[in-house]
Formats: sequence, structure tokens, C-alpha cells
Amino acid sequence: MSNATATPTVTESEHGVRFTRAAANYLDDRTKISVAVKEFGRKIFPDHWSFLLGEVALYSFVVILLSGTFLTLFFQASMTEVEYSGSFVPLKGIEMSAAMASTLDISFDIRGGLLMRQVHHWAALLFVASIGLHMLRIFFTGAFRKPRELNWVIGFVLFVLAMAEGFTGYSLPDDLLSGNGLRIIDGIIKGIPIVGTWISFLLFGGEFPGNDIVGRLYSMHIMLLPALVIVFIALHLVFVVVHKHTQFPGAGRTNNNVVGFPVLPVYAAKAGGFFFVVFGVIVLIASLFSINPVWNYGPYDPSPVSAGTQPDWYIGFADGALRLVPPGWETEWFGFTWSWNILVPIGVILIFLVMVVLYPFIEGWVTGDKREHHILDRPRNAPTRTAIGAAGVTFYAAMWAGASSDIVATHFQMSMEGVIHSLQFALIVGPFIAYALTKRICLGLQKKDKSIALHGYESGRIVRLPGGEYVEVHKQVTDYERWVLVNYNEYKPLMVRPNDEGKITGGQRFRGVLSRWFFEDRVSPATQSELDSESHH
Amino acid sequence: MIRSTKKKTKKTGRRHPMATVALVAIGLIVTGAAYAGFSNSSAIAEVDLQAQSTIDEGQKLFASNCATCHGIQADGTDEGPSLIGVGAASTHFQVGTGRMPLAFQGPQGMVKPKQFTEEQTLQLAAYVASLAPGPGIPEAQYLDGDGDVANGGELFRVNCAMCHNVAGAGGALTEGKWAPKLSGVASVHIYEAMATGPQNMPVFNNANISSDEKRDIISYLKYLENSTSVGGFKLGSLGPVAEGLFIWIIGLGAVVALTVWVTAKSN
Repeated sequence: MSNATATPTVTESEHGVRFTRAAANYLDDRTKISVAVKEFGRKIFPDHWSFLLGEVALYSFVVILLSGTFLTLFFQASMTEVEYSGSFVPLKGIEMSAAMASTLDISFDIRGGLLMRQVHHWAALLFVASIGLHMLRIFFTGAFRKPRELNWVIGFVLFVLAMAEGFTGYSLPDDLLSGNGLRIIDGIIKGIPIVGTWISFLLFGGEFPGNDIVGRLYSMHIMLLPALVIVFIALHLVFVVVHKHTQFPGAGRTNNNVVGFPVLPVYAAKAGGFFFVVFGVIVLIASLFSINPVWNYGPYDPSPVSAGTQPDWYIGFADGALRLVPPGWETEWFGFTWSWNILVPIGVILIFLVMVVLYPFIEGWVTGDKREHHILDRPRNAPTRTAIGAAGVTFYAAMWAGASSDIVATHFQMSMEGVIHSLQFALIVGPFIAYALTKRICLGLQKKDKSIALHGYESGRIVRLPGGEYVEVHKQVTDYERWVLVNYNEYKPLMVRPNDEGKITGGQRFRGVLSRWFFEDRVSPATQSELDSESHH
Repeated sequence: MIRSTKKKTKKTGRRHPMATVALVAIGLIVTGAAYAGFSNSSAIAEVDLQAQSTIDEGQKLFASNCATCHGIQADGTDEGPSLIGVGAASTHFQVGTGRMPLAFQGPQGMVKPKQFTEEQTLQLAAYVASLAPGPGIPEAQYLDGDGDVANGGELFRVNCAMCHNVAGAGGALTEGKWAPKLSGVASVHIYEAMATGPQNMPVFNNANISSDEKRDIISYLKYLENSTSVGGFKLGSLGPVAEGLFIWIIGLGAVVALTVWVTAKSN
């Protein structure tokens, strides 16, 4: 009996193996896929929660693509006037564009439509937010250093593309909120001296709002921008593979290795599972929380502007910059009005963004460091960079908070002017305060690290010596822990040296000044001899 | 020993451990019911605003509660404006929502628990209306909430949303003033606010928005208030700021917690 049952099982599994082998050979003979599997499957990824933030962005983008495809099946990107006759009572019989009417139909009359809309919008917010957090992680750990400067630029381009995707999407339903947003864009464009009005007419196909803008934004939103995002994501990932992943410092981790898990099978399984986790979180949020209820806003009409009109969060910093400008900044030259109240904030934002994208090159030039870096910095071990980052975050946050100044005023019962003036102060003085505080904190932490490496940590055990003296017993850290504390690069200010012609150029002098600013205050890591002499105590 | 004494003195009646709780509960229910009874009593029908006795009662209330700022003749002082000609509607709104008497001089009178019963409020209104003609308390036919919701919505967006927000969630004005949120406001008070323009609000008289259109606006606001939110929790109807805060704190917070979880499992 047992033999009878066992025999077919064996042949079955043999049969299965034979089929797998044959199929694998067939594929490999024709595609050389084993090369890719060998190369990519053995790719090692280190494990740290913050390394998954970029993946969160990628997965939210996939969710956006899926839900967006659903929405395109029903959305009509047309500004043709129609009379709404769907099931939402308070808008029945109201004249609106076909875009708005189809958005309402998606929300009220198409099965699953509202959920898809909310999934799409929440995923978009999460997409940009996770990109932002990912960029902060890259910045504060110094992951943008050689050889990854270009990937930082690609990532930055993705961030800008994501904002553009978000804004064009926000403008599509042609409701009151999106129309107000477009009106601000129209105002900014018209603020450009001389050519502004012409550009505005070109963009909107005549006087604002015209009948064209929704269709034009739609082709950007579903074709051009997503294609660019996909291309840049592909580039971004190719570079991640080419450069190998960075890792945090630790015993056994060097610039020449990567300690972690191979893609196959562990990492791929985890990453694949994580996609569904992110998808699940987005759907859960979308099913429970309302987002952009366009039926409240009603169709766009240039006359009303609602209180509490704001862009989505990622455009908030630009809106806030406009709000923080003192009133009345404009002059009339040569018969043209120069609206500094628009040109200055736009200029400031552009300078800020350019500094963000160029930061890796600026820092590389100042430090003069041409080495490759695959080991991440702990933020405290690069005090000036961390402080610059904190200053930038404060600057951005002040502009960002500016966009919600009216809501801050009503909800905390403060005067609008008081909120605006405090934020203006925070915008200009805040970054300096943040810089100084952060740098001090970093240096303090470094000193603390050094003292722990040399003298151990306070154990809390108080011992009375025979002479009556009380001392606290210090315990030594393990070698593994000490490695993390002492193993970081120490940079010293560059010496300004004459070049081949015996001259010290202005550029060199400037570089010297910057280098001194970066590295004047520093805590050098505990050296081996210091450690040795301490251990003899 | 201790156990046995405990058993012997088993407390009953008013010494029962739950007696205090029960007493408090009964007290709350009685007070609540009485309060509800008082505040529900629609006194509009009961009080005759034209009667001299009502006006006299109102004058007495006025003299003891309002005259300090508005003057004994209601003709205003440095502390408060003249009330001659503001009409019954204005008084009924300001006193009926608890804004008057003011708690303190600030950028704007705040809503607080009202200090007068509906009957006393109407007596005050009758007194103020007797000084000079002004907007009267609206008739019930405009307050039923059965008007044209779509028209009301359009009128609301064009005339009201710039201060009160499209969803009636309220908004900020200059110098610490604000437009309050409109959910939970009685229909009669919404009408009176439009007719009299209290505090920083402009007046929307019948030449601007007719009584029937006011009825439509009230109907729209009541529709917003009473309909369930189809999209889920409304996050205060505050728009993108609330949504942005939510995604950063709850959305990204949850995702970061999950990244920590995913990477912690393997170690």
C-alpha cells in the first residue's frame, strides 16, 4: 500500500523538476536572464527603517498610477458648460464645466469612484511627503556625497515633478478650490514684468479662466509628467544598483562592502510585502477620511474665494511665501508695474531650491573631499551640515506655516497680523537660531560620544573608597559600540595655498573662508593612542 | 476579623456605595431635562412684542444689564454703540447667542452660554424695537429649512464663503477678528445675522438677498449640517491644511512605524 502511494509522488515531483529545468533553460537560452538574476538577486541591501522611505514613495506612486487609470476612464477634461443632473441634491441644476460634473459623477454615481478619488488624492499627498522625508534622510546622513551627487539631482527633479503632478491634478476638477489655485498661478504669471500678461493669455487661451486650461493641464497630468516621473524613477533606481546601497557605520562595515540581505529571496519578499502594507495604509485612510470634497466647494466661478483656501501641503511653502511679503511692494518703471511682492518671493523660492539641488556640489567643493563615501554620517558627526539642514528646514517650515496663517489665527484665537509677523520673524531670524542651536547640540553630542568612548558611561553605581571619598563607577562600552563612537572622518579647515603660478586666487580665499566656517568648530574622534592610554587606567 | 465586619455592615439605601453616583446622575438628568424644557420653549408665539408690559419689562432688564455701556436711554456711550434703530432682530441675535452682554472688550464679542431666557431676550428685543423701527424677528416661514438648497448653496458661495468658508467652517479676519463657524447655529439667528450684520459682518438686507433667498441659504446650511459626510470623517472641513497635517502626522507616521516594524522583524 505504502509503496503504491509513494511511487506516483516521486514521479510527480521528478516530473515537476524536469519541467522547471526545461522552462528555465528555455528562458535562459533566449534571454540570458540568469545573468540578471545572478547580478541582481545577489544584490545586498542593508536593513534600516529609514532606507525604506524611498520605497514608500515608489509604492505610493504605483498606487497613484493604478487609481489614476481608473479615474481617467470616467473623467472628462473639458470646460464645456453643462447643467448638473446627478444625484448630489445641493448642486442639481447648477451650471458647471463637464470636468466638474464628471468629478461629481465619479464621487456620487460611479461605483467605487469616490474611494478611488480619495485613494488617488491621499496617495498623492503621501507620495510627496515620503519623498520629502526621504530627501531629509539623505541630506542629514550625507548620502548625497560622491559618488551619489547626480542621484541627488535626479531625486530632486523627481520631487519637483511630483509637485507639478500634484498641482496639475489639484486643478483638474474645476471646482472653486482648484480655480482659486489657478487664479494665484495666473496672478504670479501676470506679475512677471512686460511679458506676464502675454504668457497668461497664451497659457489660458485668452482671459482667465478661459475654456482650455483643464484640457491642457490634463495632458500634462496623465501623459507628460507621469512619463517623466517613470523615466527619472528608473534612472534613480539604476543608480542605486550601480552605486550600491549606503550603510550606517558599524563594526565590519567599510566603504568596500555592504552588510545586509540579498535581494533574493529575503529582501524581494519583504519589499513586495511592504508594497501591500503601504497600499493597505493608503486605502484604509482613503476609506475613512474625506479628502477634497469638491461638492462642498461647488463649480469654479471667478467671483467667490472661500475662507481657508489653501493649496495641497506641498505647494503650501510657495503660497506661504506670497502671504509673508509685506503689503505694497511694487514700483512703476517705464510705464510697467514691477510687482516685487510677487517677484521677490518667487526669486527667494527659486534660490532656495537651487541651493538644495546644488548642495552636494557646494559641500564637495568646500571640503575638497574627492573620496567615495558609502558609509553614512551620523548627523552629529557633520555638525555644520546638520546645522545648515536645520536652518533650511526652519526656513521652509516658516513659509509652510505661512500658508495656514489664517487657520492658525482662528484655531489658536490669535490675530492674523500677529501670526504673520511672527512667521516673518521666524522666516528671517529662525534659520540662524536653528543653525546655532543645532551646531551646538551636535558638538555637545560629539563630546559626549568621545567621553563615553574614552571613559565609559556612568553606571549609576556609587562606591565609597576607604578614604571616605565617593566615586561613581564608569563602565566601558563594548568594542562594537566604541567603533561607532570613534570611527568617523575628521575634516580640518583647508589651508589656502598658492596655485601653480604662485598666486592665491580670490576663489581659493573664499573657499578657505567657507572651509573654516565648516570645520573651525569640531570635535576630533578619540584616537587609538588616547583609547590605549585610557584603557591602562 | 476584618472580612467578617465588612460582611456585617453591608451598606444599603442611601449608604450604598453607588448612592452618590445615582444622586449625581438623577441631578444631571433633572437639570438637563429642565434646561432642555426651558430652552426649547419657543417663546416667539407667547411673548407679544407690541405689548406695553413686555416693553416695560424689557426696559427694566435693559437698565440693569445693558445700560452701563449702551446708556440709560440706549443712545450709546464711549463704551458701546447706540441701539436706536437696530431693531428686535439685532437684540434677539446678540443676546440670544450669548454674545451680549460682552464678557470683555475684545476684537469681537464671543459666543458664550446665554445669560437670559428666551422670554427675557424677547422683552429686551421688544424694548429696543420700541425705540425706533428696525429689522424685526423673522417669521417662521423663512426658517423651516425647506427652501431651494442648490440656490442657497450658490448664494452662500458667492456672498458668505469668503469669510465663513465654503463648508461654513469659519475663517480669519483682520486684527484678531473672525467669522464664526455656522454649524449648530439656530436658523433664526442665521437669518437675523444676515438681516442686521452683527459686529464685523456686512448687512444683507432684503434688497440684496430677499427673504426667500435667505431661506434658501438657511436650508443649504441646515443640509450641510444634517447630511452625513459621504467621504468619511471631515477633518473639520478645513480643506488642504487639515489634510496635509493628517498625512504628515497620521499617514506618514503610520508608514514610518511600519518601516520600523518591517526592518525590526528580520534582525
